Amino acid sequence: MGNPETAIPILLGIAWLLPLASFTIILFWGRMLGRAAALVATSAIVSGFVLSLIALVGFWLPSHPLSSGHDDHISGGGLRVEGGGHALTRTAHHSLFTTHHSPPTTSGRGSRVEGLGHALTRTTTYSPPTTHHDDHHHAAPAYYAGDWYSLVEIGQLKLSIGYYIDSLTVAMFCMVTLIASCIHFYAMGYMHEELHPVTDHEVTLSNGDHLTRPGRFYRFFQYLSLFCFSMLGIVYAGNVAMVFIFWELVGICSYFLIGFYIERKSASTAANKAFIVNRVGDFGMIIGLMALFGSLGTFNFGDTVDETGQTQAGIFSLIRPAENHHRLQTPEAMVLASARDQQAAIRGSHLGEPQAADAVDAQLNNQLDTWREQGYGYWLLVIAGLGIFCGCVGKSAQFPLHTWLPDAMEGPTPVSALVHSATMVAAGVYLVARFFPAFAPEVLLTIAYVGLITLFLAATIAITATDIKRVLAYSTVSQLGYMMLALGVGGWLAGVFHLFTHAFFKSLLFMCSGSVIHAVHTNEMTEMGGLRHKMPWTAYTMLVGCLAIIGAGIPFVIGFSGYYSKDAILEQALNFTNHNPVHAILFYGAAGGAAITAFYMFRLWYMTFAGEPRNQHRYDHAHESPKVMYYPLVVLSVFAIGVGWSVGGLSLTGLLEQARPAGTLPTVEGGLLLGDLVIPNEHDSHLPAVKTPATWIAFSTAMAGLLLATVIYCWRKVDAEEIRSQFRAVHRFLVNKWWFDELYDAIFVQPTHFVARRASQVDKSVLDGLIDGSAKVVRWCSRILDGVLDRTVVDGSINLFARKTWGLGLSLRNVQTGQLRQYVMLIVVGTVALFALVSFFWSIALAG
Amino acid sequence: MTPLFASLLTEPVGVSHYMMVGAVMFVCGAVCMATKRNILGVLMGIELVLNGANINFIAFGSPYLRSDANQLGLDGQLIALFVIVLAAAEAAVALAIALNFYNQHNSIDIDRADELQG
Repeated sequence: MGNPETAIPILLGIAWLLPLASFTIILFWGRMLGRAAALVATSAIVSGFVLSLIALVGFWLPSHPLSSGHDDHISGGGLRVEGGGHALTRTAHHSLFTTHHSPPTTSGRGSRVEGLGHALTRTTTYSPPTTHHDDHHHAAPAYYAGDWYSLVEIGQLKLSIGYYIDSLTVAMFCMVTLIASCIHFYAMGYMHEELHPVTDHEVTLSNGDHLTRPGRFYRFFQYLSLFCFSMLGIVYAGNVAMVFIFWELVGICSYFLIGFYIERKSASTAANKAFIVNRVGDFGMIIGLMALFGSLGTFNFGDTVDETGQTQAGIFSLIRPAENHHRLQTPEAMVLASARDQQAAIRGSHLGEPQAADAVDAQLNNQLDTWREQGYGYWLLVIAGLGIFCGCVGKSAQFPLHTWLPDAMEGPTPVSALVHSATMVAAGVYLVARFFPAFAPEVLLTIAYVGLITLFLAATIAITATDIKRVLAYSTVSQLGYMMLALGVGGWLAGVFHLFTHAFFKSLLFMCSGSVIHAVHTNEMTEMGGLRHKMPWTAYTMLVGCLAIIGAGIPFVIGFSGYYSKDAILEQALNFTNHNPVHAILFYGAAGGAAITAFYMFRLWYMTFAGEPRNQHRYDHAHESPKVMYYPLVVLSVFAIGVGWSVGGLSLTGLLEQARPAGTLPTVEGGLLLGDLVIPNEHDSHLPAVKTPATWIAFSTAMAGLLLATVIYCWRKVDAEEIRSQFRAVHRFLVNKWWFDELYDAIFVQPTHFVARRASQVDKSVLDGLIDGSAKVVRWCSRILDGVLDRTVVDGSINLFARKTWGLGLSLRNVQTGQLRQYVMLIVVGTVALFALVSFFWSIALAG
Repeated sequence: MTPLFASLLTEPVGVSHYMMVGAVMFVCGAVCMATKRNILGVLMGIELVLNGANINFIAFGSPYLRSDANQLGLDGQLIALFVIVLAAAEAAVALAIALNFYNQHNSIDIDRADELQG
């Protein structure tokens, strides 16, 4: 148990399976458990958190010490960014890595193979190659990969339950279980009404009464457990097939939870919408999976060792082989799959020659690089990348599949907090980050633009929303856009870092809004106001969340967690823009989005907590939530403030930097399709030439947004109503969410309905007529057959047989005379006849 | 046909001779059963048939006539004893039936016992 290679997969594996155990227990004994169901689920997830923390602090950190290099200038307020920091950090950060990739290209590696039940864990220890100056930023990240259990093996297809664990996995486990624990505690308070029969005032039955139904307290926690299990499964997964399984499980859990108040029409519609929209994305993902598997023949992320001791290359090392310094290249299998015609021609030209196979192989090897440069197979790589990203678009609610997420607010608030921070939407960003090494530059550009459109679109919609949860929902969509943008412009660390910080402050914000809703029983901000006097804990923890999300901080000194992550994104966006002036909008859009974020977040805070109460009745009944609800808020606000800080050399960015995919750091110039595209080195974004302007722009835009919100909603210097009437058209456009729902309704839903109605008509008139007609014909036929065939032929033959038997019986009756003497005679004659017969045939048989 | 009977007359007494006697008795019994109208005559025929068979058992079971003479070879005799016992039991039952028949019909003519006809 001592070494991390065996301990971490086991610890995280248990942390992953505990929620499943809790789900099973509540599934079978939920009704009996009652309130205790919450304890079961909460203790499972808290134990999961403790195990993850042990894995991180007890095993990962001792064996993979954080480098003290450049990362601190993100977390440490950028003080150390000057001078040669850049060059210095590049050499510093790799040297302590434990790497794990297949073909040994450099000397000085020891390798040991460990069998652990079904698990095959292989770790290659990487020593810093002092002679290869070029190699240092190609180092692969440390990871443990292996399989626990093989589900199916059909030919090449191998589905297994495995793991791929690097520092990102460990960090995600800690983050997800921590936030989920807070949410579990919070939900104990929030959902207490469900312990008793509930009268749902939003559902009116046909007789005018409100619906009364049994409480579903235990079921809520059951779904929460399954949700956590699925999310942890995605993070733990060692291959794409397993990711896909848990991906779908997350989808079905969100369906259950969004539709928790299933009797409400809006809730069931929202659940359906979330599920169906996600299916659209998953369709693309399946295409991506097929493109990957069809050409590469493997689902595994990392390299694993199979039973025979052979190293099986995973997707990442096939796309970024170590021989090529982990640079992206179209895998051989994809090139060959794409240049099939040329292969056939070569084979044809060698037909009939002696040693044709060798000659063909030699020529194929010669041609391979030529074909690769000509772009054969590159499209396949792009399609695989776009397909995977398509799944992430659905899950992470990116444009154009963002419409489900705001509707998902129909679920109970703890669910919103979970869905919007640590689990479902995080899954999409996580998968993009996980697949980052497999994305071609063109795909990255697509991701960046999708992110940009999403962040801007959602931010503008959030300005006009009045439902407190919807504002937060759009802000989530917008923040997810930031993450995608960051990943797309090559800021792997920035995107993942923002995923973590956002998870903390967004779950905080949602739980605060839940606390408010719990107190005033409405979602409408137009009926709130002044609530900070009634519920100070909620108000000030929410203020922390708002400050974190706008990235408040003193430039270059210290700030809330969002300050570090958002600045990192903007820095990399500016860095990207500097290299690609054509795509300047990626930076300016993101910076503008930051201003809008600040504006709508503080609009929310001021409308809810500041000023005079707008609805005196609701204000009078408001009260601070119970301790079980606001303690988690305090815990989360501590993290929302400090998760980006570097304490004693430990920082989240340092931990995440260890997981940066191999070969994705160096600047990439030009893809095969877009030759002038440059994906810049992320570490370059911390150079003062980039960092200083980016930081000031980020700071000033955020402050501008904050100021504007303060002027309008706090000081009321400008009347919001007046602005609204002046920009009536714009306001209507935004209130209607850019008419996306109406657009989709017109493009997809109505045509579908139309087709369905027509199909139904065809069904009723043509198909039903056909079927009824054929039924009539069959009945008529059977009547004829009954008369003709059955009665005469079948019945006749049976009756004839019966009559004959009867007649035979009658005739044989005469033999039974009752004359004993006659019987004796017959016996004697019969015996003699039999004897004669047998002896006759006996002699023939002997003779024969 | 002829050589078979001829050999019977020339050979020393063996199983075939006994079998001939048994066969003759059997046939006499069978003919008696088939021709007599008197119930008692029929019963006598039955006795003849049974004892014709018994002679065969005795002949085959006799230690003097068997090739494996060193064995005890009592099985034939035992079966013959069984047959005698059975014959006695059967005769008792048959006579009871005959008596009853006589009481019913004032006759022991077997041709009048045709109530069992089909």
